[in-house]
Amino acid sequence: MLEVFDLQVSYGAIKALDGVSFSVPRGRIVTLLGANGSGKTTTLRAITGLAAPGRGRIVFEGRELQGLPTHEIIRAGIALVPEGRRIFANLTVYENLLLGAYLRRDQPALARDLDQIYDTFPRLAARRTQAAGTLSGGEQQMLAVGRALMSRPRFLLLDEPSLGLAPLLVKEVFHLITRLNQQGVTILLVEQNAAAALKIAHHGYVLSTGRVVLEGAGAELSAHPQLQPAYLGDEPEAEAPPFSS
Amino acid sequence: MDLLTFLQQLINGLSLGSIYALIAIGYTLVYGILRLINFAHGDLLMVAAYVAVMGVGLFSWPWPAAFGLAVGLTGLMGVLLERGAYRPLRRAPRISLLISAIAASFLLENLALVIAGGRARPFPVPQMFTGAFVWGGLFVPRLSLLIPLVTGALLVGLFLIIYRTAVGRAMRAIASDLATVSLMGIDVNRIIAFTFLMGSLLAGAGGLLWAMKYPQVNPFMGILPGLKAFIAAVLGGIGNVTGAVLGGLLLGFLEVMIVAFFPAWAGYRDAVAFTLLIVLLLLRPTGLLGEALGEEKL
Ligand SMILES: Nc1ncnc2c1ncn2[C@@H]1O[C@H](COP(=O)(O)OP(=O)(O)OP(=O)(O)O)[C@@H](O)[C@H]1O
Ligand SMILES: [Mg+2]
Repeated sequence: MLEVFDLQVSYGAIKALDGVSFSVPRGRIVTLLGANGSGKTTTLRAITGLAAPGRGRIVFEGRELQGLPTHEIIRAGIALVPEGRRIFANLTVYENLLLGAYLRRDQPALARDLDQIYDTFPRLAARRTQAAGTLSGGEQQMLAVGRALMSRPRFLLLDEPSLGLAPLLVKEVFHLITRLNQQGVTILLVEQNAAAALKIAHHGYVLSTGRVVLEGAGAELSAHPQLQPAYLGDEPEAEAPPFSS
Repeated sequence: MDLLTFLQQLINGLSLGSIYALIAIGYTLVYGILRLINFAHGDLLMVAAYVAVMGVGLFSWPWPAAFGLAVGLTGLMGVLLERGAYRPLRRAPRISLLISAIAASFLLENLALVIAGGRARPFPVPQMFTGAFVWGGLFVPRLSLLIPLVTGALLVGLFLIIYRTAVGRAMRAIASDLATVSLMGIDVNRIIAFTFLMGSLLAGAGGLLWAMKYPQVNPFMGILPGLKAFIAAVLGGIGNVTGAVLGGLLLGFLEVMIVAFFPAWAGYRDAVAFTLLIVLLLLRPTGLLGEALGEEKL
């Protein structure tokens, strides 16, 4: 469904991605792991047109996405739960969810989806007329997920959706991702929680300083002896010295 | 002060304040989404007035046609301004945008000077809007009824668009996070153009009302009401549409009351308006309804 070839993205002099290639087959959950600053968010931003790649190709269902404006990429059936939630603080919960469905014209189905999101996240239902900026961090995270689902994406990108959620809710979100996937949504998941992500993912890639350093099937990768070092930061010289008092 | 004089001034203040409110909304809408003070906004009043003068005077159109065209073209002019002077600078430092706005203002004024000449022209006020009613001791010019009515109707329309439609939701969302709006599949440029269209249509209507109230047209006629409306927007809390309306009405009432009750100060009414702005901003830097600006908004 999505193929990324030799993607390179720079912020000024900093090379955030240095030739990343991977693919997300239709109907699969693929996870992107890596230490802080390894380029996970940048990859999602490049796919959605928020960061301009200097080189490389991004092909979605046979169509090249690089260079297209963000709203056209989204119109191809893609949704992103962005890092840091990015909810519209001055709008109500309900209005945030409606904005997620901006492109849709199928009123009855839209209303059903809205109910379903309120069912999944009852805390949002209780706060539907409240300004989204007054929600707690975890509630805002639920709203960001709900808003992305309101567009009924065929391909869903999630950037650390479990961040800031209580353990029970983390479980809930992972269940939700699995359920969506069973309903046919293809998923690209960025996570800090590698173990949990690999448990539900069919395939995983590990990024380090802008390159793919490891890949494999979910179960295979979680058993990989190099996952932990790679995930925590693979360059020995960059490792902090043991703490001594 | 006796009640009658007070009522009389209330009526006068309401019509002046309504016009300020109509114009102030344009400043506040644009500031809300782009953090830009659109200095060319006041000149749109002049554009509307000149189109109407030409339509009625030069082409002898009936006034509804000329006025309609004037408002429409002014709306279009606002969209063109955004396209030509602001969009190319969206990623530039804010100061470049501001300079571009000032340049656009000079451009409009000097274009009018070249096309229409510097001589002031009379504005053709339609017959049906001249004259006045006398009720008891109250003297009510027809315009003083028309202006608040037109303003009220336009405001209801605007608020319905902003708070009840998908486009309005997108406008408000852009004010809080532009990049994320595009993640909703929304073409941000179109929403910004639409916002300029709204503000400029209102400025067009405000310009015609202003020109009927002070029926003389010249290339620089938009500057003072533009500045006053800007003050009104800041008074109300820039970025806040309700605040712009409140600020406009407040400024209109105050100006009229000063002239009525302190006739000796009449010559200083503009100075009073600006002093008021300074005092209020010292007391309440965010204006009446403004929220504190977070760093991301500056
Ligand atoms: N807007 C920006 N300007 C400059 N550098 C940036 C910018 N955004 C990211 N970077 C740099 O690009 C690199 C990759 O960042 P990215 O946000 O993609 O990492 P990440 O894998 O998502 O990290 P995390 O797990 O902390 O979210 C980092 O070195 C970061 O400092
Ligand atoms: Mg990140």
